[in-house]
Amino acid sequence: MKYVVGTKGVTRIQHPGLPHRPSNSRKSAVTVGLTFLSAIAILLLSMFVAISLGAKGLTLETVWAAIFQYNPALTPHQIIHELRLPRVLAAVIIGAAFAVAGALMQGITRNPLADTGILGINAGATFVVALSFAFWPGLPYGWIMFLSFMGAVLGTLLIFLLGMAAPGGLNSIRLTVAGAVIAAMLTSLSTGVAIYFDLSQDLAFWYAGGFGGIEWRHLKLILPVLLATLILIMPLARRVSLMSLGEEVAINLGINLRWTRLIALAAVVVLAGVSVSAVGSIGFVGLVIPHISRKLVGVDYRLIIPMSSLLGAILLVLADLGSRIVNPPEELAVGIMVAFVGVPFFLYLARKERRAL
Amino acid sequence: MNFNTPSRGKRSIIVSITLLCIAIAVIVISLNTGTIRLSPVAVLQTLLGNGSSDDQIVLFDYRLPRILVTVLAGAGLGIAGAALQGITRNPLADPGILGLHAGAAFGLMVFVSLSFTMDGSVALLIPLFAFAGSVAAALIIMLLSYDRHNGVSPIKLILVGIAVAAGFHALTLYLSLRLDEDTYSFAARWLAGSVWGRDWIHVQALLPWIVLCISYIWSRSKTLDAFNLGDAAATSIGTPVRSQRIILLLCAVALSAVSVSMAGGIGFIGLAAPHLARRLVGPMHRHLIPAAGLIGMVILVTADTIGRTIFQPNAIPAGVVVAAIGAPYFLYLLVRSK
Repeated sequence: MKYVVGTKGVTRIQHPGLPHRPSNSRKSAVTVGLTFLSAIAILLLSMFVAISLGAKGLTLETVWAAIFQYNPALTPHQIIHELRLPRVLAAVIIGAAFAVAGALMQGITRNPLADTGILGINAGATFVVALSFAFWPGLPYGWIMFLSFMGAVLGTLLIFLLGMAAPGGLNSIRLTVAGAVIAAMLTSLSTGVAIYFDLSQDLAFWYAGGFGGIEWRHLKLILPVLLATLILIMPLARRVSLMSLGEEVAINLGINLRWTRLIALAAVVVLAGVSVSAVGSIGFVGLVIPHISRKLVGVDYRLIIPMSSLLGAILLVLADLGSRIVNPPEELAVGIMVAFVGVPFFLYLARKERRAL
Repeated sequence: MNFNTPSRGKRSIIVSITLLCIAIAVIVISLNTGTIRLSPVAVLQTLLGNGSSDDQIVLFDYRLPRILVTVLAGAGLGIAGAALQGITRNPLADPGILGLHAGAAFGLMVFVSLSFTMDGSVALLIPLFAFAGSVAAALIIMLLSYDRHNGVSPIKLILVGIAVAAGFHALTLYLSLRLDEDTYSFAARWLAGSVWGRDWIHVQALLPWIVLCISYIWSRSKTLDAFNLGDAAATSIGTPVRSQRIILLLCAVALSAVSVSMAGGIGFIGLAAPHLARRLVGPMHRHLIPAAGLIGMVILVTADTIGRTIFQPNAIPAGVVVAAIGAPYFLYLLVRSK
């Protein structure tokens, strides 16, 4: 009981899924259905807008024709097909991946503030990228992608190993603490490497991320992986819901905590690791989107996860669009754009929340 | 568990004295080492005013002010972390998580973006900008998390803190991507806790804040203990929860803001020092606060000494060393404890 003060503190952060707060937990099926339909509509609309708007203005007919009757001889068709379309698709799938990874993290750690940054995933990726900048400068994009994914895996493996070394495994609180510490350590080590080899700003550019470098050949790699993971974890949602009610409840209902946690963590690594490796570290999506989803559809992760994927996609499509059109021909880093959109909205939510979140 | 047994008090005194001895030993070692080595005898003689003029210059103009800054900032960060964890009832709260480091970083980036020169007396403005940045962050966080009915609720504080930190990070990133490489790497070094080139004037600026804030926070140990019971229970045993929370919060913020502005945004100390202290002396803040301060001091001075001696001629900022050594040890403790 050495952590008495500590553990009390965390368990007091009431998870939105706790059963004694029913006011927000039940939404009628009609409301939920309508919410989903409007989210899908908004996503499609913003994708369409993102494809048509840009440094070169294009008419709606051109966009429509370029997607459905692609003619490689026409320049506008080429712009749409080679530049805009892969960008927008990447924003959709990566937005969904970041948001779902965040939702899973929040569910299994029972910590509403958990996001993929906390598990050391982003930090691990950054660390390995820093090493590669220092020792193998000028690697091609594909290699950096691969290395940064390995870094994400490394960050998470550290947590897995800690979990195995700890007697009785890591509980949610210690998982979170361990993640925060590993993230702090890896971030600091990247800073050290960057300072020692004088490449701080290169790293900052990579970290700031962006969809500018995405091409079809990258998309062909990441799209199937992310899509498959997103579909495969849907059956896990019920267990995550039950886990978010508390470990005792989940055990009583026959949930194998260790396995659920392991599978969910593996899914988080794939989703966040692949995304970070493709576009750099875009923070905040995984934290804020699950909160908003919870507001909209209640506390059931069977609804939260799909809703998060829709909202995450919308946020990143719009943020990428904003980063392109705010100051053309220069692009603002998309992570900055996400923060400009997400922070005020999140602050609004946090302020409006009367109860403890 | 009975927290009030006399043995706990005795234990905390023993622990504190041991930590103090370790701190002094580390400081002495740190005074001895560097590009120019001074033997302990030479250090002692110089301190007493009998050293050679070279030794005096090395010790008084370079090494001593730097070490004093790390000593004060280390203690400040450790105690600010302990206070924040007590106030927010969250063992993960530290000045970094609450967005104070992000504010300081932003302040520094504003300073270098305004392209002042780095040399001469203008350099004294750097801590000022960093301090202004973290105070601005703190004010925004407190304004946004203040509620007319409940005062500042801990969970809202953390949520708002994370959001504000993200906002400041974005602004910092925006500014930093436009800087030239040299300026950026200077700023990155400062933020990673490189305490190179600190002067007596920095010590003078730091000392009163640290002493005042630490003694106030320590004098309010009972209040911090009461917070741990929860707001309702704390109020019922006669703690003015709302007003005390705000004053203590301001103190913790000031403490970490001055520390960060002098020593850089060193994460981890604010998180780990209170944890380690809790393991050593238990959860009573009367014992916890001095222990956390001493642990923070030992960690930062050790890290700075290692960073500037082992990696010569290129120094590694203290913040990096703190994380590289402190984190594995902290994880080991975390895993081993039941």
